[in-house]
Amino acid sequence: MKHLLISLAALAAAPAWAGDHGLPANTPAAYKTECGSCHAAFPPALLAASDWRRTMAGLDKHFGTDASVDARTHAALLAFLERQAGRRAASPGTAEPRFTTGAWFVREHREVPPRVWKDPKVMGPTNCAACHKGADQGRYGERELSVPGMAYREHD
Amino acid sequence: MKNALFALALAVSQNLWAETPSHFLDTYSAEAAKSQPGFSANAARGKAFASRNWGVSEKLPSCTACHTDNPRNPGRHAVTGKTIEALSPSVSTARFSDPAKVEKWFKRNCKEVVGRACSPAEKADFIQFVIGAR
Ligand code: HEC
Ligand code: HEC
Ligand code: HEC
Repeated sequence: MKHLLISLAALAAAPAWAGDHGLPANTPAAYKTECGSCHAAFPPALLAASDWRRTMAGLDKHFGTDASVDARTHAALLAFLERQAGRRAASPGTAEPRFTTGAWFVREHREVPPRVWKDPKVMGPTNCAACHKGADQGRYGERELSVPGMAYREHD
Repeated sequence: MKNALFALALAVSQNLWAETPSHFLDTYSAEAAKSQPGFSANAARGKAFASRNWGVSEKLPSCTACHTDNPRNPGRHAVTGKTIEALSPSVSTARFSDPAKVEKWFKRNCKEVVGRACSPAEKADFIQFVIGAR
């Protein structure tokens, strides 16, 4: 019985690990409310722990806006991001860590032509939900992809 | 008994936490009246405030740059393109219910768009405009 429960729990947790690089199942609610209001709550695996430390250290001047949070929330978010961080570092040369200019992100999105990035419905790579319909729930799998101005089909 | 007490405590604390839009309207109006005796919030002033081009930020000239002219419509972040739920509490029921959230966004958005903190009178007018939108 115990084993059955454990494997059920594992099954329930599985979608978050299904290789779509989305938000982990244990994502704190504060991450979605504090870091998911101006843009999608980005998957922590897309930056390295050292990048997240830099991002979190500069929230009062975050890409020209003030994204600061109270001290308790700050500590909880930083701990979550460090724990779930990936090994991919941000692309060098940007003052604040970015993954959208990094090699992995650019490669995953190589099929997206420049005109689509500039489409007013998209506005740029940080608008994940313009194409990834599950982005607000942290899902980036191919099944939930719909790219404006592009007949996107899953490849085999 | 213990369970009933617990449920009661929970109900009370939830009541304390979730405020209504008119609570914010009253609080800001009372604050504004301290320096402007007889102050009464005004939706037309709030609308003008929301759509005014403050000339502080090129990308974010006005509140309506992200929230649109109509508080009942969903907005769109002018930099990232992300959809923003409508500000009208009759469309998005969670709006103007959490004091910390309301203050956080006034602080953030006013600094960015207006270049300073908004006054209690400006906040009261803005809320009057938002909750009155039909
Ligand atoms: C008040 C709005 C706001 C909030 C809140 C906010 N951000 Fe941002 N963030 C931005 C903007 C604007 C950009 C730049 C977007 C662009 O260039 O398209 C950005 C960009 C980023 C990027 C770089 C994305 C890239 O291009 O690779 C990361 C990482 C990021 N934010 C993380 C966070 C985290 C973590 C939090 C929560 C602690 C947070 N943000 C909260 C507005 C915000
Ligand atoms: C213009 C549309 C568009 C936007 C905007 C966009 N993506 Fe994508 N994304 C795609 C396409 C197309 C693919 C390729 C899917 C494939 O061929 O496997 C993809 C692939 C991915 C993958 C790999 C999925 C997998 O199954 O391995 C991830 C993760 C991802 N995107 C995350 C993001 C994030 C995070 C953002 C926002 C910062 C974003 N994307 C913005 C179109 C977009
Ligand atoms: C850069 C885009 C942007 C601009 C410009 C902007 N806002 Fe906002 N505003 C947001 C976002 C994003 C949220 C949070 C959205 C959410 O909770 O879904 C928000 C939330 C709010 C809230 C919180 C309401 C609640 O209880 O949930 C208020 C109040 C508010 N904005 C007022 C203003 C005022 C006043 C101005 C102009 C001085 C303004 N905003 C300009 C993006 C913007």
